[in-house]
Amino acid sequence: MSMTSNGFDAAVASELIAGFEARPEMLIQILHTFVERFGYVSDAAIRQLASELNLSRADVHGVVSYYHDFRTEPPGKHIIRICQAEACQAMGSRELTAHAQDTLGVDMHGSSDDVTLEPVYCLGNCACSPAVMIDGRTYGRVDTLRFDELVGGMGGDAIDSH
Amino acid sequence: MTRTRVFIPRETSAVSVGADDVAIAIARKSKQTGSDIELIRNGSWGASWLEPLVEVEVDSQRIAYGNVSPADVASLFDSNFLEGGEHARRLGPIQKIPYLIKQDRWTFFRVGLVDPLSVESYTAHQGFKGLQKAFEIGSEAVLDAVNESGLRGRGGAGFPTGIKWRTVADTAADQKYIACNADEGDSGTFSDRMLMEGDPMCLIEGMIIAGYAVGASKGYVYLRSEYPLTHRIFLKAIEMARDAGWLGENIQGSGFDFDIDVHLGAGSYVCGEETAMLESLEGKKGIVRYKPPLPAIEGLFGKPTVVNNVITLASVPNIINLGGERYAGFGVDRSKGTLAFQLAGNIKQGGVVEKAFGITLRELIEDFGGGTASGRPVKAVQVGGPLGAFIPAEQLDTPLDYEAFIEIGAMLGHGGIVVFDDLSNMAQQARFAMEFCAIESCGKCTPCRIGSTRGVEVIDKMIAGEARDENYELLVDLCDTMEDASLCAMGGMTPYPVRSVLKYFAEDFASGTRGADK
Repeated sequence: MSMTSNGFDAAVASELIAGFEARPEMLIQILHTFVERFGYVSDAAIRQLASELNLSRADVHGVVSYYHDFRTEPPGKHIIRICQAEACQAMGSRELTAHAQDTLGVDMHGSSDDVTLEPVYCLGNCACSPAVMIDGRTYGRVDTLRFDELVGGMGGDAIDSH
Repeated sequence: MTRTRVFIPRETSAVSVGADDVAIAIARKSKQTGSDIELIRNGSWGASWLEPLVEVEVDSQRIAYGNVSPADVASLFDSNFLEGGEHARRLGPIQKIPYLIKQDRWTFFRVGLVDPLSVESYTAHQGFKGLQKAFEIGSEAVLDAVNESGLRGRGGAGFPTGIKWRTVADTAADQKYIACNADEGDSGTFSDRMLMEGDPMCLIEGMIIAGYAVGASKGYVYLRSEYPLTHRIFLKAIEMARDAGWLGENIQGSGFDFDIDVHLGAGSYVCGEETAMLESLEGKKGIVRYKPPLPAIEGLFGKPTVVNNVITLASVPNIINLGGERYAGFGVDRSKGTLAFQLAGNIKQGGVVEKAFGITLRELIEDFGGGTASGRPVKAVQVGGPLGAFIPAEQLDTPLDYEAFIEIGAMLGHGGIVVFDDLSNMAQQARFAMEFCAIESCGKCTPCRIGSTRGVEVIDKMIAGEARDENYELLVDLCDTMEDASLCAMGGMTPYPVRSVLKYFAEDFASGTRGADK
C-alpha cells in the first residue's frame, strides 16, 4: 500500500465511492481506498461519504473511529508499525519499540513530518519475530541494528510495497 | 535441454527476511552466467526458521538451500547449485528434512510443493478432485462425509463443522452465504496466511464445496488488513480460478453457481469473533451480536451463513476426495484429524507443523522447535492466542487435544504456540492481557469494556507492591465477573492468561517493575 498525503479531493473521492457502486455495506472497503489515496480520513471525507452512501455522519464517524486502520490525521511520509503482540514481546519487541521511539524522536501513535509510529497487534510473522511493517511491507527478525538499516533505507519518498 | 526450475517462496515470512532480494539476485546472476532457469514463487513449506529457503529441481528431486541471503548467490553459482552442488547452505532433498517428513500434512500437503498461482499446478496435485467428487456424490453425501470426518472449527471454538453445515443446509432461504474467517488476529498464529499464500486454490475449493453442500451461491472471505501480500495473492488466485471456470456460473458444467468476494478488515481484533465479523462484512463497526439467533440461522445480511475458519474450509477438499473416515483416522478421542500448529515467539525452529491431535507440547517445542531461540529454559508457553492461558514448563507433557486443554484450564484455539524463556516476566504478560482487552474491546458489554481497564490498574498496583493481597483478591473477583458476564470470548477469556499467571507465576508480581522484564 503506498501512502501518499496528497490532501483530500472531492472529485477523486466520488470516483472511489462510485468504484463500489456507492453501496453502504462497502464503507470499510471504501475507507481503505481513501487512506491509500489521501493518507487519512478527513472531516470533509466523512461528510462526503455520509452524503453519497446515504448514511448519517454519525454512522460514518462511528466506523472511522472504531477501526485502527482509519487514521484521521495526516501521517508522516513513512509509516512504521511495530508489532506489540505476545510472540514479538517474547523476542524483545518492547526493547525494539523503546529504541524506535528514541532514535526517531516520535512516540507510539505520534508523527513527525518524516514518520508515523504505530503499534500493530500481530503481522502474522510470529516465527520470525520481532516483526515490523514499513510502508505496507513486513520485515522479520528485526533487531535494533536491522531496524536502523531499514529506517536508513527508507529514503525521501514513500516506498510502494509493489 | 529443459530449463532448471528454481523455487523461492513468495510468502510473507520468507519475503520479510529477504526472499524477494534473493530471487532478484538469482535471476540477475543466471542472466549473467547464461543459465536457463524458470523461477517459481511457491508458498513456504512452513519451516520459517530456514527462510529464505531456495530449492533447485535436479533429476525431479528438489534440493534445498536454507537461510540464503543475496550475499550467498555468487558462491551458490560458483558451487554449481543449479545442479545441486555442495555449499554451506545446502540442506539436501526437501523430502528428507526431518521437520517436514515427521508431519501429517493433510491440509498443507500442497503448500510449498505447488505454484500457488497456477490452476495447472493445482490440478496436477489432486486439486479440485474433492469438488468433482462432491458434484458426483451430491450434497447429502458431502454433509455426511464432513460429519463423519469429525472436523471441528479450526478458528478456535472447535464447533463440529458437520453440525454447522447441516443446520444451514436445513434452513430454507432465498439466499445463503459462506463466510470465511481469515481475520487471523491471535498472536502466534499464521497458518491461515500460509495456506492462503501457499495454496489459495485449496481454500477456494473448500468454499465451493461448502456452498454446494448447504445451497449457498455466494462466499465472502474476511481477510485482515495486516496481510497485504496474502490479499494480492488470493485476489489473483480467485481471478485465475474464475478464468478457468472454477468460479462463477455453472462451474465446470455442474449447474452450480458460486463466487467469492474478499473484504479487508481494518485492524480490529474482535472482528475475528464470528458475529463481529459479520457486522464488519456489512460495513459496520465490529460490535458483537447477541446469540441467538445463530449465524447458521440468521447470519450475514440476516441470511443463513456458514462461518468457518480458513483451515476448516481448506481441510474439506481432501476429506471429500479421500473420505471422512480417512481424516477421522488421525487424532484422538473427540479431537479428530490434524491441526496446523504454529511454533512462534522465543523458539529456535519456528514455523507451521501440521500434526495429528495428541502430540504433546514438549514434542512440538523440543523435537520440532529445537527449544528456545535464546537457548535458555522455557518458562511458559501461551497456546491459543492472547486469550489463552500461560502454561508452565511442568505441564509441557499435556497432549494437544481440545478436551485435555480444557482440563488444565487452557485452550487450544487456533493452534498458535508462543514460547517465553526464563527471563520473561509473566506479571507483565498478565498486564498485557488486560491492556490488550482494553484496547480491542468492542465496548458493547460492561465487564469487558470497563473490567479490562480496571484490570490493568489493579495489576499495576500489585506490581508496584501496593496492598498486594487485597488487590490479588480484587483481581480474582474481577476475573470471575469478566468470565461469567461478558458477551463473547474477548472479555470472557481474557481472565484465562491472567489467572494462569496468578496461579503459576505469582512471584513475578513482586519482581515486576514495569518495563524491566528483561
